[in-house]
Amino acid sequence: MLPLDISSELGKAGGYLVFFLIGSGFGVALELAGFGDSRRLAAQFYFKDMTVLKTMFTGIIVACILIFLSSAVGFLDFTQLAVNQTFLWPGIIGGLIMGVGFIVGGYCPGTSVVATASLKLDGLLFLTGAVLGAGLFGESLPKFEGFWYSSFTERFLVSDWLGWSIGATVFAVILFALIMFYGAEKVEEYFRIRGTGKAMSWKITRRSYLFGAGTLVVLAGLVWIIGQPDPVRKWKYMESRYAVQLTTKAVFIHPLEYVKTNNEATIKLITLDLRPGKDFEAFHLSGSQNVTLDDLLKTSVVAPLAQLPPQGVVVLIAENDSVSIKAWKYLKVQGVVNLYILENGLQNWKSLFADKTVAGKTFNLASPPSEVLKLFPKDSFIQKIKIGSKKRAGGLCS
Amino acid sequence: MKKQPKPVTNPYLAGTILGVVLFAAFALTHSGLGASGAISRIQVSLTKLIWQSHVDKVGTFALMGAGDTNPLDHASVFLLLGTFAGGMISALFNRRLRFEILKGPRISKTQRLFFALIGGVIMGYGARFARGCTSGQALSGGAVLSLGSWAFMFCVFIGGYATAYFVRRLWAD
Repeated sequence: MLPLDISSELGKAGGYLVFFLIGSGFGVALELAGFGDSRRLAAQFYFKDMTVLKTMFTGIIVACILIFLSSAVGFLDFTQLAVNQTFLWPGIIGGLIMGVGFIVGGYCPGTSVVATASLKLDGLLFLTGAVLGAGLFGESLPKFEGFWYSSFTERFLVSDWLGWSIGATVFAVILFALIMFYGAEKVEEYFRIRGTGKAMSWKITRRSYLFGAGTLVVLAGLVWIIGQPDPVRKWKYMESRYAVQLTTKAVFIHPLEYVKTNNEATIKLITLDLRPGKDFEAFHLSGSQNVTLDDLLKTSVVAPLAQLPPQGVVVLIAENDSVSIKAWKYLKVQGVVNLYILENGLQNWKSLFADKTVAGKTFNLASPPSEVLKLFPKDSFIQKIKIGSKKRAGGLCS
Repeated sequence: MKKQPKPVTNPYLAGTILGVVLFAAFALTHSGLGASGAISRIQVSLTKLIWQSHVDKVGTFALMGAGDTNPLDHASVFLLLGTFAGGMISALFNRRLRFEILKGPRISKTQRLFFALIGGVIMGYGARFARGCTSGQALSGGAVLSLGSWAFMFCVFIGGYATAYFVRRLWAD
């Protein structure tokens, strides 16, 4: 299942080679579109040549359909993709500044690289300017750091904002793009004929355009009809990857490992207790939250778990294995990384610590201190929790 | 006589290629495309050559190049090198690889270079402000339906259209 973890499969150098090849494809696509020419890019803002809009939105919708169609049929796990974090207001202000830079300088960062590569001196000057500008930003940031970190949402999609399903949103985006393309053609025709009288000829018939548009609509319709997989369907797609962790008991931790982890300052531990409310009220571990299986299908509950920092660990407690395993599957396919089950829940918890004392005193059973571990032989449990030091792949903008 | 450059590719075809490359980027590397991150890294590495202590002091620079960290040892830099190589190869095959200054007919070459530099500074500043450029934010974020990226994208167009009238001499026929 995609995405591949390329650097772990090919090593660092191999990973860099893949990035280089993808970059080459990117460079070719930009150059083919004519984006190495500042005049073409600038003409977008005088309505004379709408190539920027057409190429950019075609790129976006083609990638969008490929991503969500592969996700719908189980080729790709969308939760593993890096989605740009949203810092709404800094993004808006930054975008407006960039618009000004775009029309004054005639390029954007990516296209100026292509212009420089095709030996355009103005592209090189623009790129030099962009390097300086990036430096100026770093210097000036302390003056408005608060603002720059404001209005933050980790992973906030257009579909979340609209309250629509992803499929419906994809379909709407495609329709929106096609309407925009039609408008762009008309606008271009009007302004170019009024300007130079030259019309562009691509030797492509009206029928091919309609065929292209039709294909996009049909594919977008498929994305909508098939829908993004719910956790049950997604588990079927991903079972071969994760089931082994359940069958080998690799994710079942001993109560003592729980105590150890809970007392480690560097780990952010989140404990979800799936037992019925009355059992939870009778006794629960300090800091644990009482949730139901249905809660684990809600974005508001799952999103914070999937977006934990690398040293975040989630532990599930339930009255029996069938509940905890179901919960584990739900959360795993929704992208929760360090996910474990407390073996046998809390059934043996009290008896395990029953006659134990620390420095002659009894302790709170809901949060045993780390000293308790010394009362047990060292080999009384097998350490299972592994925390990858590797940060999940972020965007390339940093 | 020099051969004429070949005409550019149909924008929808070029866009489709772009979309497939973008999908490949997501499928193989988890993340989309980008350029501004690598540009920042070049800036930090240049600053590092002459003023290491300053790189350690400024927060955003330190993230990329504090102490012994090599700011260029990052996937985005290799993506940028690839973009450069791909652009050059495509330009070569399409007879667009030639030394020139592209400008509107009404301004001088010096003026064009000056404005390219100024525009670059504004763009470089804005791209850091927005945490990504047209490729990293608009294209990649747009394809995965990130709301912030869509808002950002429209703002780039608004900023461009709002300024276009005032700088029309730069590009007018």
